[in-house]
Amino acid sequence: MRDSSSRSSSSSSNSKSPTRRETIPLMAAAAPRETSRRDSLTAQEEETLKYGAEHVIKLFVPVSMCMLVVVATINSVSFYNVKDVYLVYTPFHETSPEPSTKVLNAVANSLILMSVVIVMTVFLIALYKYRCYKLIHGWLIMSSLLLLSMFTCLYIEEILHTYNVPMDYITFFIIIWNIGMLGMVCIHWKGPLRLQQSYLIFIAALMALVFIKYMPEWTTWVVLFVISIWDLIAVLTPRGPLRILVELAEERNEQIFPALIYSSTVVYLMNRSDSVDSTTDSQNGFTRTWVEEHQQPQTEEVRVSRRLMDEEDKGVKLGLGDFIFYSVLVGKASSYGDWNTTLACFVAILIGLCLTLLLLAIFRRALPALPISITFGLVFYFATRGLVKPFADMLASQQVFI
Amino acid sequence: MTLLEFTGCALTAFGPALSMFIVTIMNDPVRVIILIASSFFWLLSLLFSSIVWFVFPSKQQVWFGVIVSVLVQELFRYFLYLLLRKAERGLKRFVGHSLVSNNKHMLSYVSGLGFGVMSGLFALINILAEVGGPGTMGLRGGYSAFCIVSSIFTAFIILLHIFWEILFFHGLNTDNKNFILYVVISHLVVSEITLLNQYYFNTLALCIVFVITLSSGYYAFKTAGGHLPIIDRLKNQNTTTEAEN
Repeated sequence: MRDSSSRSSSSSSNSKSPTRRETIPLMAAAAPRETSRRDSLTAQEEETLKYGAEHVIKLFVPVSMCMLVVVATINSVSFYNVKDVYLVYTPFHETSPEPSTKVLNAVANSLILMSVVIVMTVFLIALYKYRCYKLIHGWLIMSSLLLLSMFTCLYIEEILHTYNVPMDYITFFIIIWNIGMLGMVCIHWKGPLRLQQSYLIFIAALMALVFIKYMPEWTTWVVLFVISIWDLIAVLTPRGPLRILVELAEERNEQIFPALIYSSTVVYLMNRSDSVDSTTDSQNGFTRTWVEEHQQPQTEEVRVSRRLMDEEDKGVKLGLGDFIFYSVLVGKASSYGDWNTTLACFVAILIGLCLTLLLLAIFRRALPALPISITFGLVFYFATRGLVKPFADMLASQQVFI
Repeated sequence: MTLLEFTGCALTAFGPALSMFIVTIMNDPVRVIILIASSFFWLLSLLFSSIVWFVFPSKQQVWFGVIVSVLVQELFRYFLYLLLRKAERGLKRFVGHSLVSNNKHMLSYVSGLGFGVMSGLFALINILAEVGGPGTMGLRGGYSAFCIVSSIFTAFIILLHIFWEILFFHGLNTDNKNFILYVVISHLVVSEITLLNQYYFNTLALCIVFVITLSSGYYAFKTAGGHLPIIDRLKNQNTTTEAEN
């Protein structure tokens, strides 16, 4: 610190502001009044920005953890790399050797998937609009139960297979029961924030693994591209479903889908448990809604989660769908076995998230979190795979360091 | 053995960087963001140099690819400087909470670490992944010290990037061409010397790179104000009186 003040004064010829700024602490004794006034002027602004930077990190950590789970699983459990069964929504299996047919298949698959997503989104919005909270609630609980029990079962089973660990059915059932029930309680009712957050991350990771496993190769990439465009449309256009949802919720003065969205703060937890205790659980219902939607036809998760919102100082929120598709991208990239590509996608996605949050700070409204990140991720995936990999491999094998 | 070698190589290469990250960077969100932004810039520079190398007809001339890559990296270092310069006004607001903007060298240190870590990871991560696998001592019939030599080089490169960044930014801040020239030339020299590795002159290359690392480190230390506390205090007094006047 000290050092900097001396340094900046030496370079004061190029820049005035650094000097001014840095000399302030030193001037404190001489001109306390001026300093304090200056501080109070910017105090609030500082607070906001500082808060912002902290929240960026609070999103980086869970996003990275989700990706880590997915990448680690993809690389250790071969089950998720093997293509044998496909989703119902992707009827074309890209078996033809010709690239053009594959592309056609992939586009057709992703269009089918997208239309399912759109229909489900519109359906959900309609339910919300006409206040069918009970129905949404039930739907969400059903789907989260399905996800937490069935997919967790599958996941644990495959892990046991991979590491060759024997386990009897009773133990297995007890473990699954505990994990599933605890998750249901945490997500839909109340529980420690950390636990709830970990469950949301886990669910997102499971969902991403399911996508990676059950979607044909090229379809995955096309879906990532199409879904980010849909995200853009749904959140930003005046009649976009997600925008309508946000506006409706604001109008009704409700939290938007608390459970479908990863939240970085405690505030929301308290709100949630309060509401659970006392009121119509409209909010709670939504919270779950989110979660369940993922599980349902995988497609739905996409829509609600997408939005990244900043509720005045209540922390930044990121939809679980964003978690899922970030992880799908990174997990898919890592499934080809090149770590450089994985790393490049990871950094590109984080930078995209950073930019999105920057835009969020500027526009102060719900923004789609997928387009920038996924675009960066896709560009870096293909660029790294096609251009950088030969170069980097050559350098590494000849031990040349640049 | 594979696990041991993996751990040893990974910690040799990334141990210093990891401890620097934990001690100085992890607790400050702004620094983490700068770290990631600078690693992204390194990634961009690698992408551009790969494109140049890709269109370059003769793939045998590795030295040419290395020169291009070094120059592109320095160019992106400059871009990063411009970006950070612009962002500085925003960063100033964090002064009360974060040390980032109090010290310009902190900014260059953090971004240098980002550059270095990314470059180190790209150089080593695939080798490490292979080492951790089912038993590979001496890849493709190569010599058995391959991994450890690569790890040591990676560690040097990470440190060098930090030093270079400090010198480079200082040179730009003070309009001193010598610093920038030193950075570019030493970067070129280091990279070209590692070409010797393929002819098994590892020890020679390691020694030269070690000397360059040490001298760059000393240079950067001095530039960053590595002097006695008494001198520091005197300088501060001077600044205070200047401000009062």
